Amino acid sequence: MSAGASVTAMPAENRGWQRDLIGIAAILVAAIAGYFLFPNNLALLTRMIAIMLLVLSLDLVTGYCGVATLGHAALFGSGAYAAGIAAAHFGITEPLTMIAIGAVGGALAGLISGVVILRGHGLAQLVLSIAIIHLFHEAANKASEYTGGSDGLSGISPDPILGVFEFDLWGRTAYVFGIVLLLLVFILLRILVRSPFGMLCRGIRQDPVRVSAMGASVKLTLIKMYVISGLVAGVGGAFNAVSTQVVGLDSLSFTNSAEALVMLVLGGVGSLYGALIGTIAFVWIEDLVSAANPFHWLTIVGALLIAVVLFAPKGLYGTAATLVERYRRGGK
Amino acid sequence: MSALFEVDHLQKAFGGLNVTRDVSLALCKGDRVALIGPNGAGKTTFVNLVTGHLRPDSGQVLMGGEDISNFNPMKRVRAGLVRSFQVTRLFAEMTPEEHVALAILQRQGKSGRMAGSFQAMPDVMRETYEILETLNLTALGRVPVSEISYGQQRLLEIALALTLRPKVLLLDEPAAGVPHSDTFLIENALAQLPADLAVLMIEHDMDLVFRFAKRVIVLAAGEIIFDGLPVDATNDLRVREAYLGGYANGSAA
Ligand SMILES: Nc1ncnc2c1ncn2[C@@H]1O[C@H](COP(=O)(O)OP(=O)(O)O)[C@@H](O)[C@H]1O
Ligand SMILES: [Mg+2]
Repeated sequence: MSAGASVTAMPAENRGWQRDLIGIAAILVAAIAGYFLFPNNLALLTRMIAIMLLVLSLDLVTGYCGVATLGHAALFGSGAYAAGIAAAHFGITEPLTMIAIGAVGGALAGLISGVVILRGHGLAQLVLSIAIIHLFHEAANKASEYTGGSDGLSGISPDPILGVFEFDLWGRTAYVFGIVLLLLVFILLRILVRSPFGMLCRGIRQDPVRVSAMGASVKLTLIKMYVISGLVAGVGGAFNAVSTQVVGLDSLSFTNSAEALVMLVLGGVGSLYGALIGTIAFVWIEDLVSAANPFHWLTIVGALLIAVVLFAPKGLYGTAATLVERYRRGGK
Repeated sequence: MSALFEVDHLQKAFGGLNVTRDVSLALCKGDRVALIGPNGAGKTTFVNLVTGHLRPDSGQVLMGGEDISNFNPMKRVRAGLVRSFQVTRLFAEMTPEEHVALAILQRQGKSGRMAGSFQAMPDVMRETYEILETLNLTALGRVPVSEISYGQQRLLEIALALTLRPKVLLLDEPAAGVPHSDTFLIENALAQLPADLAVLMIEHDMDLVFRFAKRVIVLAAGEIIFDGLPVDATNDLRVREAYLGGYANGSAA
């Protein structure tokens, strides 16, 4: 590669935006295909969207910043409970307001989690994250007056969106609402990961000492990212509350956290597309296999994970991207 | 001239090993100092102590008269104290262009921006390629660092330090690992450093030391045993002994 070619070629920026347009188009096509191919399964697809937001949020701290966490559902569940409690106890049933409240709840949980988890490194970090999710879970369990405890929080009945689009029995409104939210979040996150801040975060994952030797604050940057991650997970949680009209303790569970991490690894850590593809693959396989054979579902997930980690360590998307890149370079 | 940078009675022990013993020195604007000494003398440790990557047992570090001993590494960089690493520390998946741009954005206080891209900032792009040009890295601007040679990574390491526009620059063996045919690039870069910048360079290549330094400090077993003109260092008895001792120990190990 010559100097002139690499500098005068189409700016990487434009190329990036073209790829994003393709990505957005792909999400739209998949969304429309899902709507028409599985009209009786929209509830599953809608749940998938909520989980995608959780996995995207996890990707921000784990994939982009290198923070190991098994407690990320704390951010998702906080968003879900914030929106649910606002609706069930305070009569705030306007869906967009509920989503905003969920985002704030998630951001707050992100701030708390970040401050605690980032005190540790490596294994200690992982242990702190597990402690966090258990504490959040227990707090929600104890505050049963507000959260409904182990029975879950019900009595959430959101108004029509913008006063027009009513939530229907088939879940069509919820699905379209979810797709709109997902696209919005996706576009904002594409801007974020490409920004100077996003670049700084990638730097922190690769060498925090170098980042501090540049005069940047590793800790402050990570905490900011945790708060943003909380916003995203909070939107996911709130959307789940709006679309299912219940919030259960499982939204704040260790299992939910661990599954989110599995989905991210499956799809490919450190790429927004990886987060989306990992979620689709996991939830879809879970649905297929658990219907066919509920007893061996976990065995199959285990086998699948081993296969991915051994043979496609960059995940489904990461491996595919590498292959395409290699093909392109070879084809030149 | 009053000291820009001062180290007072710095001490550090790892377990029972005294790696830094009562080290004091001062640098003024425009100084070109070489810090030499046998392997294991404590040179890198000294840099780590001064830049806040290690905590000293006692002693102070001052910049422009201000005590920065309690500053973390980030704050010391912001006070104008910048280092390079003996073993390259770079972001393997990022390109030289991204490295330098990030350092520029950081210096300008723009690294926290959550929208936009440096590639759309003409001033950042121009400066990035000016810096890459001085180190002959322009052609590699968009190649991931993991795919460029170690010698070129060393040059990028220096580029990053320069980009931050320090007042005091500590270079830990900048030429280590650079093929001999490329050391002139590093020398060129050193020759282009701003005149009023104070530079302390750790280096083993004595030819390079003599061409670069107006003053030499010799560290042996954690202690400063010589601080003076380069010509006098070669004739100093303790310096000769330290080097011979160092090599003797080295070959025995
Ligand atoms: N983190 C550490 N823990 C224990 N010993 C260390 C540490 N860092 C350096 N040392 C020891 O301190 C001595 C000085 O090391 P160093 O400062 O790297 O020497 P130099 O850079 O002069 O070759 C060596 O004996 C080394 O083994
Ligand atoms: Mg050293």
